[in-house]
Amino acid sequence: MGLVGAFLVLVVIALAARPLGRYMFKVFAGRPAFGDRIARPVEALLWRLGGVDPDEGMTWKQYFKAVLWLNLPMALISYVILRTQTHLPLNPDRQGVIAWPLAFNTAASFVANCNWQAYSGEQTMSYLSQLAALVFLQFTTPATGIAMVVGFIRALGQKTDTLGNFYADYLRALTRVLLPLAFVGSLVLLAAGVPDTFAGAAVVHTLQGTTQVISRGPVAALEAIKQLGTNGGGFFNANSAHPFENPNWLSNVLEIIMMSTLPIALVFTFGHMVDAQREGTSQASLRIGARQANVIFGVTMTVLVACFLIIYGSELGGNPALHSALGVRLAPNMEGHEVRFGQALTALFVNNTTAFTTGAVDTMHDSLTPLAGGTALLLMMLNAVFGGKGVGLLNILMFVVITVFVSGLMVGRTPTLLGKKIESREIRLATVAMLIHPVLILAPTAFALVHRIGTSSLTNPALHGISEVVYAYASAAANNGSAFAGLNANTPFYNVSLGLVILIGRYLSVAAMYALAGSLASKVPAAVTAGTLRTDTWSFGWVYVGVLVIVGALTFFPVLALGPIGEALSMHAGMWF
Amino acid sequence: MHVAALTAKGGDTAAADGSALWRRAVWDSFAKLNPVTLVRNPVMFVVELGTAVTALLSVWPSLFGASPGVGRGYDMAVCIVLLLTVLFANFAEAYAEGRGRAQADALRRTRVQTTARLIGEDGVELGIVPGGSLRRGQTIRVQAGEVIPGDGEIIAGIGSVDESAITGESAPVIRGAGGDFSSVTGGTRLLSDTIDLRITAEPGGSFLDRMIALVEGAERQKTPNEIALNVLLAGLTLIFVVVVVTLEPLAEFLGQPLPVASLTALLVALIPTTIGALLSAIGIAGMDRVLRFRVVAKSGRAVEAAGDVDTLILDKTGTITIGNRMATEFVPARGIAPSEVAHAALWASLGDETPEGRSIVALAQQEGIEAPAAPPSGAQVIAFSAETRRSGLVLPDGTEYSKGAVDAMAGLVEAKGGAMGTDVRQAADAIARAGGTPLAVAEGGRALGVVHLKDIVKAGLAARFDALRAMGIRTIMVTGDNPLTAASIAREAGVDDFVAEAKPEDKMRLIRAEQAQGRLVAMTGDGTNDAPALAQADVGLAMNSGTAAAKEAGNMVDLDSDPSKLIEVVSIGKQLLITRGSITTFSIANDVSKYFAILPAMFSPILPVLGKLNIMHLTSPRSAVMSAIIFNALIIPALIPLAMRGARYKAMGATEMLVRNMMLYGLGGVLLPFAAIKAIDLLLTALHLA
Repeated sequence: MGLVGAFLVLVVIALAARPLGRYMFKVFAGRPAFGDRIARPVEALLWRLGGVDPDEGMTWKQYFKAVLWLNLPMALISYVILRTQTHLPLNPDRQGVIAWPLAFNTAASFVANCNWQAYSGEQTMSYLSQLAALVFLQFTTPATGIAMVVGFIRALGQKTDTLGNFYADYLRALTRVLLPLAFVGSLVLLAAGVPDTFAGAAVVHTLQGTTQVISRGPVAALEAIKQLGTNGGGFFNANSAHPFENPNWLSNVLEIIMMSTLPIALVFTFGHMVDAQREGTSQASLRIGARQANVIFGVTMTVLVACFLIIYGSELGGNPALHSALGVRLAPNMEGHEVRFGQALTALFVNNTTAFTTGAVDTMHDSLTPLAGGTALLLMMLNAVFGGKGVGLLNILMFVVITVFVSGLMVGRTPTLLGKKIESREIRLATVAMLIHPVLILAPTAFALVHRIGTSSLTNPALHGISEVVYAYASAAANNGSAFAGLNANTPFYNVSLGLVILIGRYLSVAAMYALAGSLASKVPAAVTAGTLRTDTWSFGWVYVGVLVIVGALTFFPVLALGPIGEALSMHAGMWF
Repeated sequence: MHVAALTAKGGDTAAADGSALWRRAVWDSFAKLNPVTLVRNPVMFVVELGTAVTALLSVWPSLFGASPGVGRGYDMAVCIVLLLTVLFANFAEAYAEGRGRAQADALRRTRVQTTARLIGEDGVELGIVPGGSLRRGQTIRVQAGEVIPGDGEIIAGIGSVDESAITGESAPVIRGAGGDFSSVTGGTRLLSDTIDLRITAEPGGSFLDRMIALVEGAERQKTPNEIALNVLLAGLTLIFVVVVVTLEPLAEFLGQPLPVASLTALLVALIPTTIGALLSAIGIAGMDRVLRFRVVAKSGRAVEAAGDVDTLILDKTGTITIGNRMATEFVPARGIAPSEVAHAALWASLGDETPEGRSIVALAQQEGIEAPAAPPSGAQVIAFSAETRRSGLVLPDGTEYSKGAVDAMAGLVEAKGGAMGTDVRQAADAIARAGGTPLAVAEGGRALGVVHLKDIVKAGLAARFDALRAMGIRTIMVTGDNPLTAASIAREAGVDDFVAEAKPEDKMRLIRAEQAQGRLVAMTGDGTNDAPALAQADVGLAMNSGTAAAKEAGNMVDLDSDPSKLIEVVSIGKQLLITRGSITTFSIANDVSKYFAILPAMFSPILPVLGKLNIMHLTSPRSAVMSAIIFNALIIPALIPLAMRGARYKAMGATEMLVRNMMLYGLGGVLLPFAAIKAIDLLLTALHLA
C-alpha cells in the first residue's frame, strides 16, 4: 500500500512539473503569464529602485560576475548577523555567540544553497539569525540557481552574444516563482499542522512533574521555502523528522512534492525556452527542445525510480545480522525512523532529498541500511538525477555534452548538442566541470581519514566511519546539505573544509559551465539532417544514462566498496564491528 | 561505400617491405619511451610513470614502507606488463607512421636530382641552376625529355607531360599556357615540345614536398576532434589518479595499507589506455587511407570535415554525367525507315571526330549499319561551325549527308527545295523537353529524322546518392543547362536538388547560402574560376588536372581527377571519427570488468567479505590483478588492425548507427573483458604463474 502511495506522489510531481515548467518559461521569456497584473508593476518598481534594465543583455562573463556580486554581499551579511546575534533583536531564548568556523561554514553553506548544518538550530540560532540570515538565503539562493540555469539555456537556442539579464531573471525567480509558491506552501503546511510563532520556547510542566523546554518558532515560514528551494536547512536539528517541521504523513507528502517539483519543472522550462528561441527558423517545426526535455525527464525519472526502489527494498529487508544475533526478525529496518511516515514515504523522502539536493531529512540517514544509505550517497555523487534548483540541470547538461561528444564520434560526425557544435573548448570546460565533483569528494575524505583532526569526529569505526565522512563531503560538494549525522562536523577542521568544498562545488563548476555557455552561445545551430545525431531521441537518452553510470558512478565504486557495499556484504555475512 | 577496395591502386608501396617496416616499428617503440616525447600523450605517460614506480619497487621493495603480503616477483611482473602496455602503444603509432613513411619513400624516389634552365624576362637563357634552388617567381625553360624541376605555371608553349610519378596514370596529359590546364607539377616529365614556366613554389614547398611531409606525419597537426578527445582522456585520467591516490588513505584508515604495485595496476587498468594508445595511430592511418585512395588531403582537419559534410555540390559535367552527350536513339520522320535515318546519320558523322559524332557512328553500327573506318577518299567533310550549327559529308558523287540543330537544318533543307515536316519538329521538341539535344538528319533536301543526343549519367550514381541520403547528405547538381534539361538529368541521377543556368559565381552564392543555414559544404572544381568557391567550401576537392589556383584553394587534391571520389572521401572522414569514438567507448566500458577483477583482489585482505565481488571467480588476488592488466596490455595490439583499417562504416541514419555501435563497442566493451580476463586467469593458473 505504501508503495502505491509513493508512486502516486511521484505521479503528482510529474504532472505538476509540466504546467509549472511552462509557466516559468513564460515568466523568463517575458511573455504574458499568470499573475502579470500584480507582479509586473512590482517588478517595474523594483527594477527602477535597483537601476536594472531588464532588457539589457549580459555576456556570459557579465552574467556570472553578477551572480558573484549578488551572492558575495549576501554571504557577508549573513556571516555578520550570525557572529553578532547576541547583540541583535529577536533572540528570546538568548542563544550564544557563534564561533567563526561555524559562522563561515553556515554562511557558505546557505549562500551556496547547500544548507549543511553543523549546528542544531534550536540551540544555536536566534530567530533573527534563522530569518534574516538563513531563511533570507533560502529564498535568494534558489532564485540565483534558477537564474543561472535560465541564462545557460539561452546559450542553447540561436547564436547570441548575451544570455539575458541576471538581475531580471533573479528577480523574476523570486517574485514569480519562489515567493508565491512559498506563501501558498506555508499556508498549506500550517493547515497540515506545522506551527509558526515568534514566541520563545515553551516551558511546560509534564505529568511526571518535571519541567520541559519545547523549542518552537516561525517554522512553517521556513519549512515551505526549505523544501521549495531545495535548501534543506531545518529549523530544528532533527530537521523534517521533528514533529513541528513535519508533523504527519500529509505534511511529509507535501514536503516531498515541494522539494521535487521545481527541479523537474525546470527541465520542461528548458525545452520551451529552446523551442521559443528557434521560432521562425527552419528548425521550429522539429520542437527539438520539447523533445529533448521529454527525453531528459524520462530517463532521469527512470533512474530516480530505480534508486527509490533500491532504498525501499533495502530498508524493507531490515538487518539480517541482528536477526541472526538476536534471533528476532527486525524487518523492515526501523532504527532512527519516524513511524508516522511509513516505510515507503520515508524511502521516497530519502531518495528525493538526496536526488534533488534538498538535504532535508525525515529520518536518520546514519541508520539507513547500508544499500539505502549507499544509494542516497550515490545520488549525491551523481548530482544529476534532476539535482538542485538550476545547478542540477546544469550538471545534467554537462553529462549530456560528454555523451554527445562520445556518441557523436561513434556515428562519424562532429558532435552537436541541439545543433551547437561540441569542440575542444566545450569538452575542456565540461571536463573541468566533471572533474571538480569527484575531486571535491575524494580528496578531503582521504585527508580526513588519515588525520586525527578528521577521525576524532567519527562516531563509528571501520566501514561505516568511511561512509560517514564520504557522505559529509559528497553532501557538501553536491550542495545537498543532508547529513549522515553520525559525524561530529562542528569542529574547526570540518567547518572550514566542508565550507570550502561547498563554495568550490557551487561556484567553480558553475564558472566552467558559464564559460561553456559563452562558447555555445556564439555558435550557429547546425541544420538537422538524417546524418545528424539527434539528442532528443530515447536511444540517445539511454546512452546518456550509460555514460552517467559509467563515468559518473564508477569513479566512486572503490570508495563505495569500502563503505556501503562492504557494509552490506558484511551485514549479510553476519559480521560485527 | 566500399572503402576496402580503395587500396587497390596505391597499396603496393606500403606493402613493399613488410619485415623492414616491422623491424623499424619495433625499434621505434623503444625510442618512443623517451618521457620528453611521451608526455604529449598524458594517458600513456601515466602508464610509463607507473612502470617506473613498479620498477623501483622491484629493486627496492620497501620504498614506500613495508608492503603487505606481496613480494618482489609481483612488483616485477606488474612492471613488465606495464612496460609492455607502453611499448604496444608506441608500436601502434610507430607502425602507422612506418606505413606512411613507406609511401613517402616511394614518392621521394620519384624526386630525382634535377637541373633547371633559368631564363630572363625576355626569354634569354641565363644558365643552369640546381632544381632544388628555384624560388617562387623565377622563370625556367624545360625541353622534351627533361624532368620538370618544380611546380609552375606554363607561360609559353604547350607540351605533353607524363605525370605518372604523381598520379600513377600512365597516359600523358597535355599542358599549355593559358586556360585551365597550365599548371605542372615538379617531378613530372615533359615528353614533347618546349615550355617556359614560372615557378610557383618556394624550395621545399612544392606539391611533392608537401605530400611527402604529410604522409610522413611530420606536418601532422591534431585535428579539432582529436584535441577534444585528448582533453577528455586527460580529464578521465586525472579523475582516476584522484580515485586511486585517495584509496590508500581509506585502506590505511581500515588498518591495512594497499600494495603500491596493486594500486598502480588499478590505475593503469582504469585510465583509458586502449584509446590513449591507439589515438594517434588512428589519425595517421586515416590520412594514409585517404592517400591510398589517391587523394591528397592538406590536413587531417580536411578529412574530418569531409565526414561532417551536409551538402555536396557537384558539377553536372564530368561528375554526374560522363563529360559528353551521346546518341541514344534515331527517330525517323513519317514514312522513313529507321535504318535509313541511322545510315544517313552515320555517314553525316564519318568525318566528325567530336565525341558526339563518334557516339552517332557507334550507335548506328550497333543497329547493324555497315560503315568504313574513315570517309572515302574524295569525300568532303563539312566541319561544324558555330555559324552554320551543322556538319556533314559530301560524297564524290554529290550525295550530301548532314546533321545539325533543327532550325539550322530546316533552313538547309528548304534551300534545297525540301521541307522539314511537323512530325520531325514535334519529335525534336519532345527530345528537348526530355532534357536531350535533338539533331536533325538530312540527305540532300530530304529531312529523314532526328538523332537523340543525351547526357549519360554515370553508372551506379543513383545508388550512391541513395547512400548519401541515408547518411543525411544532400546532393545539389550545378549545371549551365536550361532548367528543363537540368531537371531531367537531376531526376535520372537521383540528386536532391539542382541549380540550372548557373554561372561560376552562383556556386559561391549557393555555398554561402548553405553555410548560413549551418550546413557544411563540399564541392569539387578544377578551373581558376572555381578557386574562390573551393576556398569557401568546407571541403574543396581540387582536381589534379586543374589549375594551380584551384589546387591552392582546395583543401584536398584528387590525383586521379575524378570528382565523384568526393563521396568516398566523406566515408573515410566518417570512418575516422567512428573508429576513434568506438575505441573510446570500448576503453571506458572495459572499466566495469576491471573493477570486478581488481577491487575484490585488493580489498579482500582488508575485508574478506569483499571477496564476494570476485564474480569471475579468479584464482587468487595476484592472478586477478595480473589478468586484468595483461588484458589491458594485449587489447592494444589486438585492436591495431581495427585502428589501421577503420571501423566498419555502412551508410545509415545516425541514431540507428549509434545504437548499433553502442551495442557492439559499448555493451561489447562491458562484456568481452569479463570473458577475456577469466580466460587469461585460467591460463595463468594452468601455467602455475599465479
